[in-house]
Amino acid sequence: MGAVRTAVVGVGQTRHVSARHDVSIAGLVREAALEALEDAGMDFGDIDAVVVGKAPDTFEGVLMPELYLADALGAVGKPLLRVHTAGSVGGSTAIVAAKLVMAGIHKRVLTVSFEKQSESNATWGLSVSMPFTAPLVAGAGGYFAPLIRAYIARSGAPRHIGHLVAVKDRRAALRNPKAHLHLPDIDLKTVEESFLLWDPLRYLDTCPSSDGAMALVIGAEDVADAAPGPAAWVHGTAMRSEPTMFAGRDQVNPQAGRDCAADVYAQAGITNPREDFDCAEVYVPFSWYEPMWLENLGFCAEGDGWKLTEAGVTAPDGDIPWNPSGGVLSSNPIGASGMIRFGEAAQQVRERAGDYQVPLKTGLALGHAYGGGSQFFSMWVVGNRKPE
Amino acid sequence: MRDVAVISFAQETAVKDRERNEVEFISPVVRDAVAGSGIARHDIGFTISGSCDYLSGGPFTFVQGLDAAGAWPPVKESHVEMDAAWALYEAWVAIQTGDVDSALIYGFGKSSLTDIHEVITLQTDPYTVAPLWPSMVDLAALQASALFAEGDVTERDLAEVAARSRRDACANPFAVVSEEVDADTLLGRPVTHAPLRDSDIAPVTDGAAAIVIAAAEVAHDVCARPAWIRGIDHRVDAPHIGVRDLTTSASTRRAGEEAGALQGGFDVAELHAQFSHDELLLRAALGLSAETAINPSGGALGANPLMASGLIRIGEVFRRINAGEIGRGLAHATQGPCLQQNLVCILEGE
Repeated sequence: MGAVRTAVVGVGQTRHVSARHDVSIAGLVREAALEALEDAGMDFGDIDAVVVGKAPDTFEGVLMPELYLADALGAVGKPLLRVHTAGSVGGSTAIVAAKLVMAGIHKRVLTVSFEKQSESNATWGLSVSMPFTAPLVAGAGGYFAPLIRAYIARSGAPRHIGHLVAVKDRRAALRNPKAHLHLPDIDLKTVEESFLLWDPLRYLDTCPSSDGAMALVIGAEDVADAAPGPAAWVHGTAMRSEPTMFAGRDQVNPQAGRDCAADVYAQAGITNPREDFDCAEVYVPFSWYEPMWLENLGFCAEGDGWKLTEAGVTAPDGDIPWNPSGGVLSSNPIGASGMIRFGEAAQQVRERAGDYQVPLKTGLALGHAYGGGSQFFSMWVVGNRKPE
Repeated sequence: MRDVAVISFAQETAVKDRERNEVEFISPVVRDAVAGSGIARHDIGFTISGSCDYLSGGPFTFVQGLDAAGAWPPVKESHVEMDAAWALYEAWVAIQTGDVDSALIYGFGKSSLTDIHEVITLQTDPYTVAPLWPSMVDLAALQASALFAEGDVTERDLAEVAARSRRDACANPFAVVSEEVDADTLLGRPVTHAPLRDSDIAPVTDGAAAIVIAAAEVAHDVCARPAWIRGIDHRVDAPHIGVRDLTTSASTRRAGEEAGALQGGFDVAELHAQFSHDELLLRAALGLSAETAINPSGGALGANPLMASGLIRIGEVFRRINAGEIGRGLAHATQGPCLQQNLVCILEGE
C-alpha cells in the first residue's frame, strides 16, 4: 500500500431502474455525486480531482462523455480522468481514484461511474461486427453460457444451483430500496419456468439492464478523521488482466482472478476469506458466477463452490453473505456495477447498509468486479479500522 | 514524490493503412519500446493503454490491444478512454504509490476507418450540441475566428506555423505530411474551412506509440540518459464553448502552472497543436519564450494518430533528451473540442 492511508468517506447512488426518462446523463451522474458529497460533508469545491468510469461509449452513443460531464461533476479547472476496463471498470475506477490519494497527490477525490442503458441496447452495443475479428453477436450471456456449462461439467453441480442464486439475490434486493429489481414473489419455480436464453441461463438467471450511477468520495487519513460519518478504510487494492483468447487460458477459473485475489488478500492480511470477511460484494451478473467465483476467490476448494451456495452459506443470514445488497442480478448499470460492489462493501463496514446490514465481526468486506471475457479483475478490501 | 523517468519510446504512423489492424500496429511499438527499455517484459510492473472505441466503431478496442502488449502470466493493467498521455499520468501515479517501479504505456488508433472529424463531434453535449453536428474542424475554425476577431493573430501567423511544421516534418520519418514550403506559398492555397486552410489542419493519421517509464532505482540501471518527469499535471475546461474564452486556454495555463512550466527554460516544446492557431494559443498560455523551439518534429500537423498523438509529444521530447541534444523540454497533450482538456509534462536530462 501507498504511504497515505486512504478511506471512503462518502457514498452515493441513484435508485436503479430500466429507464430514467426524467433526467439527462448529466442529471443522472449528479444525483449520485451530490449524495456522496453530502454524505462526506463536502461540496464540489472541496474536491481536488474527479475520476469517471463507464463501459463502452457505444452504450449511450456519447464519445468520451466525461468531457461533456465536466461541468455537471464540478471538474472544471481540475484533473479529470476517464477509466474504461470493460465490466470491471467500476472497480478499477475506484482504485484509480484511491491511488491518487494513496500516492499523496490529492486529498479528496470524487469518483463516479454510470450507465444509462436505456439510451441504447447493450447486447447490440457489445455485438458490433469488427473488421478482422470473428463476430460474436452474442452479448455477454452468450459468451459466458459455454463457460458455465464447462463449470457444471467439471464440478458436477446440480442444474438448480444457478436458480438458487437468482432467488437469493432477488430476495436480498427486497431490503435494498435502491435496487432495480424488486420481485417479492420470486421462488425456484418461477426461475425454472422463466424462458431459456442461453443454456443453462434462464431469463431470471440474468442481470437486468439498468440506468444508474454510483459515486464515492475518497479521502486521505486526515480527511477521513475529520469526516462527519464513519470511514471505510482501504486495506488493499488489486487489478489483473489476461488476454481474451489463447490455448493456455482457463476461462472458467481464470488465473488473473486468482492472482488478483491473492494480491489483495496479502495486502489486507486475509488468510481465510470465508472467515476473515464479514461479507463480500462480488460481480455476479449471471447466477452461476456465484459458485464459480467462490472457487476463484478462494472461499472454498475448486469444485466446492456450488456446495456453499446450496447450503445457504452465502445467504444474508449465512456465515459469509455474498451480495446482501442484491448484487448485479438485481441492479446493473454496467459501468457502475463494479463501483456499486466496492461502495456496498464500504457501506457494510461503515454500518450504513440499512435493512441489509450484515453483523460485523472482523469489520472487513470484499468488493470485486470483473469484465471482458472473464479476463479483467479489480478488487478491494475495506475495513472499519485503519490498516496497520 | 518518487523520481520517475521516461526511458524508452517507439512510434509507428501511416496514412489510411489498409494492411494492418490495431494489434498489428501496437505489436511492433510495444516490442521496440520494451526492448529499448532494457527491462524484460515480465519485469515491467504496470501496463496501461489509451484508445477510443469510436475510432474502430465497436466496443472494447483496447481488449485486442492486450494481445499485442503481452498479458500472460496475468499483468497489473488498466486503460483510459483518453489520449495515452493520460495513461502515462496514471502509470506515474501507480509508481508514486510504491506498488510498482516501472510501467509500459501505449496508445493507438486508426482514424482513417471513419470520417474522424465528424465522429469526434459525438464528444459534445449529446442534447444541445451534437444534434447540430459541428465537426471537430468546424469548432476549431470557430476558435481561430475568435483569435482573429481579437486582432492579435492573422492568417499569416497561421501560415508561418504551418510552413515551419511542414518543413520540420521533412526530417521526421513518422510524419505523414511534409514539404519544403514557405508561408507565402501556403497563403496562395485555398481556404477550406474558413478561416483555415488544409495546411492548418492536422492530417488524419493511423498509428500507435509506446513508452516505458521507471522509478529512479530502475531507470539509473537501464538507461544512460533518462528523461526525468519534473512535473506533470492535467486540467479540463467547461464543455460548452459558449461559456469559455476561446482566445486562451485556462486549463493549459493551470496545468502548466501546476507542472512547473512557468519557470520556462525549455529547449524544446512539443505541443499537441492539431490546428495552426492551437500552437499560438498554447504558446501564450504556457508563456513559452522565443528561445524554445516549438514542435521540431513537425508536431501534430505532420502526423496526428489520435489517442497516441499526445503520448508521442512526450516521446519526442524524451528522444531528444535521450540523444543528448537538449536538456529540458515540455510536452503537451490535448483532447476535447477547442482544446478542452490539456496535459503538461516537463522532462529534463540529468
